[in-house]
Amino acid sequence: MTTRPDRSGESGAASAESGAKVSIVLNGERRSVADGLSVADLVRRLGLSAGMVVVERNREILARQALGATPVEEGDRFELVHFVGGG
Amino acid sequence: MDINCHPDGPFEIDGRAFGSRLIVGTGKYRSNPEMVSAIRASGAEMVTVAVRRVDLDRSVEEGILHHLDPAEFFLLPNTAGCYTAADAVRYARLGRAAGLNEWVKLEVIGDERTLLPDTAATLEAARELVADGFTVMAYTNDDLITALRLEDAGCAAVMPLASPIGSGLGVVNPYYIREIKRRLAVPIIVDAGVGTASDACVTMEQGVDGVLMNTALAAAEDPVGMARAMRLAVLAGREAYLAGRMPSREIAVPSSPTTGMLETERD
Repeated sequence: MTTRPDRSGESGAASAESGAKVSIVLNGERRSVADGLSVADLVRRLGLSAGMVVVERNREILARQALGATPVEEGDRFELVHFVGGG
Repeated sequence: MDINCHPDGPFEIDGRAFGSRLIVGTGKYRSNPEMVSAIRASGAEMVTVAVRRVDLDRSVEEGILHHLDPAEFFLLPNTAGCYTAADAVRYARLGRAAGLNEWVKLEVIGDERTLLPDTAATLEAARELVADGFTVMAYTNDDLITALRLEDAGCAAVMPLASPIGSGLGVVNPYYIREIKRRLAVPIIVDAGVGTASDACVTMEQGVDGVLMNTALAAAEDPVGMARAMRLAVLAGREAYLAGRMPSREIAVPSSPTTGMLETERD
């Protein structure tokens, strides 16, 4: 597991501008992201379309319509998956 | 009669009709455009996809929904790569959460070398997924008892292998496949092991409802050409099965009259 900075651009929620960070695990990699984000913000900052990915947070699948209201919190473990080629 | 008129109607899985008895995978193609061309040439309506992590370091978006339109194909999420019932259930639920349908191609592998299914774990996962409302199409061994139990568990289709995944060995045990078809009421789709058109034809000649393949197309020198061949082979095998083959016998029987022959000198 590697630590990497949040390379996503700053936009959106004012609460995310404080500079405070939370540490999460994203697809197996530890990352530091701005505090106060929703999961929808996180997906957007990763350059992904919410309609194309499924998000699992702490082993629970999040419904698409719940992404905006679900906060990203310290220690959260996320899996972002999508469909790829397979037999 | 129009020779292009196909006497065989569509077949149904869990109340949904499919005109093509060929189901294809989307893995291992050299490029996405080639994959799409091959799938279109195969005539398949149902197409399998896998659930994997998004590559967060990607330079280009590689999700398959950027290439395959769910309005054109019925996308069947699989649980490929899972080695436990719990993992398979997790992957199935992730696939369902994508919002396309509530179907799953259930696959629980038991051995890395042969990729043969863990039939006990498959049965366990099938029961849980059926209880959770899934339409389950279960990949399994060519074993009648497991097939019967998967049907009892509520699977909408049972999918015995022809031979190991990606092996291209064809149907190694046609008798077992026929017996599974004879004994189960749900559709039987032979899944895995088909290598070339003759294998697909022989598979369909066993009377099964359909055949699922991936590597045979993706690893062919010309996947689009092989897809055309497979489409025809599946049709040919189905029609041969419906037509009822002649008995085979290990002695020749002349096709032309043996009477009315001219006098000849034969020593």
